[in-house]
Amino acid sequence: MRFMLLFSRQGKLRLQKWYLATSDKEKKKMVRELMQVVLARKPKMCSFLEWRDLKVVYKRYASLYFCCAIEGQDNELITLELIHRYVELLDKYFGSVCELDIIFNFEKAYFILDEFLMGGEIQDTSKKSVLKAIEQADLLQEEDESPRSVLEEMGLA
Amino acid sequence: MPAVSKGDGMRGLAVFISDIRNCKSKEAEIKRINKELANIRSKFKGDKALDGYSKKKYVCKLLFIFLLGHDIDFGHMEAVNLLSSNKYTEKQIGYLFISVLVNSNSELIRLINNAIKNDLASRNPTFMCLALHCIANVGSREMAEAFASEVPRVLVAGDTMDSVKQSAALCLLRLYKTSPDLVPMGEWTSRVVHLLNDQHMGVVTAAVSLITCLCKKNPDDFKTCVSLAVSRLSRIVSSASTDLQDYTYYFVPAPWLSVKLLRLLQCYPPPEDAAVKGRLVECLETILNKAQEPPKSKKVQHSNAKNAILFEAISLIIHYDSEPNLLVRACNQLGQFLQHRETNLRYLALESMCTLASSEFSHEAVKTHIETVINALKTERDVSVRQRAADLLYAMCDRTNAKQIVSEMLSYLETADYSIREEIVLKVAILAEKYAVDYSWYVDTILNLIRIAGDYVSEEVWYRVIQIVINRDDVQGYAAKTVFEALQAPACHENMVKVGGYILGEFGNLIAGDPRSSPLVQFNLLHSKFHLCSVATRALLLSAYIKFINLFPETKATIQDVLRSDSQIRNADVELQQRAVEYLKLSSIASTDVLATVLEEMPPFPERESSILAKLKKKKGPGAGSELDEGKKESGAELNGGVEPTASTAVSPEGWGLMPGSGGGDRTPGFYPSRVGATGNLLVDVFSDSASAAPGLAPATEDNFLRFVCKNNGVLFENQLLQIGVKSEFRQNLGRMYLFYGNKTSVQFQSFTPTVTYPGELQSHILLNIQTKAVDPLVEGGAQVQQVLNIECLSDFTLTPLLNIKFRYGGALQNITLKLPITLNKFFQATEMLSQDFFQRWKQLSQPQQEAQKIFKANHPMDSEVTKAKLLGFGCALLDKVDPNPENYVGAGIIQTKSLQVGCLLRLEPNAQAQMYRLTLRTSREPVSRHLCGLLAEQF
Repeated sequence: MRFMLLFSRQGKLRLQKWYLATSDKEKKKMVRELMQVVLARKPKMCSFLEWRDLKVVYKRYASLYFCCAIEGQDNELITLELIHRYVELLDKYFGSVCELDIIFNFEKAYFILDEFLMGGEIQDTSKKSVLKAIEQADLLQEEDESPRSVLEEMGLA
Repeated sequence: MPAVSKGDGMRGLAVFISDIRNCKSKEAEIKRINKELANIRSKFKGDKALDGYSKKKYVCKLLFIFLLGHDIDFGHMEAVNLLSSNKYTEKQIGYLFISVLVNSNSELIRLINNAIKNDLASRNPTFMCLALHCIANVGSREMAEAFASEVPRVLVAGDTMDSVKQSAALCLLRLYKTSPDLVPMGEWTSRVVHLLNDQHMGVVTAAVSLITCLCKKNPDDFKTCVSLAVSRLSRIVSSASTDLQDYTYYFVPAPWLSVKLLRLLQCYPPPEDAAVKGRLVECLETILNKAQEPPKSKKVQHSNAKNAILFEAISLIIHYDSEPNLLVRACNQLGQFLQHRETNLRYLALESMCTLASSEFSHEAVKTHIETVINALKTERDVSVRQRAADLLYAMCDRTNAKQIVSEMLSYLETADYSIREEIVLKVAILAEKYAVDYSWYVDTILNLIRIAGDYVSEEVWYRVIQIVINRDDVQGYAAKTVFEALQAPACHENMVKVGGYILGEFGNLIAGDPRSSPLVQFNLLHSKFHLCSVATRALLLSAYIKFINLFPETKATIQDVLRSDSQIRNADVELQQRAVEYLKLSSIASTDVLATVLEEMPPFPERESSILAKLKKKKGPGAGSELDEGKKESGAELNGGVEPTASTAVSPEGWGLMPGSGGGDRTPGFYPSRVGATGNLLVDVFSDSASAAPGLAPATEDNFLRFVCKNNGVLFENQLLQIGVKSEFRQNLGRMYLFYGNKTSVQFQSFTPTVTYPGELQSHILLNIQTKAVDPLVEGGAQVQQVLNIECLSDFTLTPLLNIKFRYGGALQNITLKLPITLNKFFQATEMLSQDFFQRWKQLSQPQQEAQKIFKANHPMDSEVTKAKLLGFGCALLDKVDPNPENYVGAGIIQTKSLQVGCLLRLEPNAQAQMYRLTLRTSREPVSRHLCGLLAEQF
């Protein structure tokens, strides 16, 4: 896989993951172009399209589009299910995930994706092992954190 | 703010995100962000040392701001500091920031690498995984240099945890993709293959990805993976839907792993071991059988996962292309999908059938679905599906159904989406030519194309129809009649006028007997379109008119009046004016005999591959829709130089420029478009002291010379005074080269003497013989003179003959020396051969001195079409399906010299990730291998 994007129906980018070194300028251009193409498509259309020299696989969940760019020989259907598996992981972790969860916990969305995919290849397809890894991390986090006052948090202390 | 915030961390961050979301305008958002950036900057700069938690929070805020699309130019150092924190979450945020924001900033990379090194050595699996992820995410060359030998060690170490193994495998894959040269193959490779037997399915999944990538470059090292993959696949396919527990996805056992195993098998030919092969065929049959079983779940996830495996299995069946039974079953299965209610499946079925159509075993089976596919082209609501249908029709087309398919495509063209019209036009043009039994049908089809989609008909298409009409005298009368009728339409496309002008000019006499299309009627019809046309078309029409004067003397007076009118003879466009003046003079001075000789019917064009095919290939990229292409030879000159349209290359040098922008333009200097940037760096300092104009090579001409290794025509040299254009052709061991010297100034050149000189071994003239005539020593300002060189290659040579030009410009002596673009590869004769022949010869040339190899960095973007064009331009034949890796290029040819012939084989292996090439040449003569390898290596 070359890259994965999450964006809203309003064209706001929520998450981007690039698996091949790409300059910032090129990234912005590609994101803009691809969002335009995907957002213009109607609901019943097929989930695959040819774009530049890549194949794009996308699926919409509520207000969010999940969009993967894969290479010529990659399997489209399994990529579609890879998106679904990622959504399931988010769902399980956040408990009925919504766009807001991903906005406010964007770093978690990245961590989960990293546990699931690495270098554009699937690392583990088992929901359990991915979530176990994330939860372990959370556990470590809770041990780390010492309670703080709200005021201090907001920089007013 | 959402109620749930797991592992609840940074409230300050959440507040900030809320603030941003509450901003009513873009300006407000930017204001808020700038305030925050100022705050963070002061915190980072402040005297008070920040604790880890605050650092993490601020780094995370910066990350958020970056992801909103704003540039971040600080905070990297703080992120790097977080890497060495002992707290997991701080480390994790540090790594996230690095992987999103860091590109190879050398100073920082060293610090990052240090932190990674520590984590890799920590023996703490969570930390090790974080470090491996960071390496994979950044994936730069510096990272590869630091860790390419460490990661394999982690991967195969006996005590490595499963989760770390998975990360290590994929991390290594990423490093290999960016820098294959830095990943040392070795003892670990065999241990990696055995990971296919691992207990842990996650480890197997990650390992298969790695092996699939590694084995492409080193098929022999990983050969044993085939039987392991087959047995693993067989176990999955035959397992019950619940056996694999968490690796079962919606009742489908391990779909990702299955797909990956099937993909891996596609890197190899069918297994030789009969038992392994039997087991694999059984697997494939089971997968096909399962497609017919009732679904275990109504969920789309179930059917998608199941079909993902099915499509990958079909890809493997097509890859083997040796099991007729499986191929036909695959085709039937796809046939069912063609009518499925899921758009996705219809799309994939059309796509997959495209490749099936090229197999001899299944071509007929694919053809039975023609009606369904035509229907899809007409009724699918999604343009990307219609596009696939058009591709499939193109792929399944043969002599039996060409008329039906072409007519369906033509009628589709009337309503087709703009985005795919040009491609459909090209496809129709190719099919019509390829399967024409009756050329009147071909002519009708192309004229229809122009009528329906004239704007999308490229130059190549109409050049081609003219080439074909000229070469086939049985269709010329029909073409004249049809084009005459087509021109009757009150509004016809300019391309129609071009074809009309050319064809009537050549063959109008064939229909002139009919009073409805008498010469004058023909002329008036053409001329009625004249004023609405572009300059190029008008120039072509003027040429048609002079041909009319020759064909039909009775039109002479009328046409001379037209040529004489101010709008022609005083036209502001110099080309039109020149043609009008010259044609008028020609028609009044020359005798009928002379006129008839000058304007003789065009000689047949040499048979060549359709330039349209080349264009389609260029448009679609490799693989797509090109399965039908039988002729692999492309016109190298066309792709390389881009100066010459195909048809005009065949215009004889002494022709009258009967095509727009073709040979006729030779009369004006500067005919060759100067390359952007070439002028600047080619400048010889001609205004400096003339005495110091040393006879050394003109600066920067080396670059220009190299461009000519793979092409024959173009600008060889240009400075402020002089432009030198080259046109050349080579056949067997002979060649002819036209040099055009254009005086760019308005002042006469005096004592203009170009001479060919021979360095070193060439002096004796036993290797290369060049005959040339002296040119007129006076070259007027703005004029162009031509010099012809006749070249004979006597034996293989490695040095390059030089061209020395001396002349006086305003009293100062100019002296320029260039390399003549005559290289050994010009005498290549392309040789087509089958895979087995190629390998047999390759083996015969296995002595070390017969081989020359270079590994080098790409100097140009790695575009496969350009590479192909260059290799063809180099002169060898490109052989398909020889190299197991479709990315590689394999070529063959024979160097023809008078005294001997040298067979050459070559192989070029690009590596897109590393931006490197490896080029290997084998020939029977050592100097030839070395020389050709050196020449060709400079081209990419």
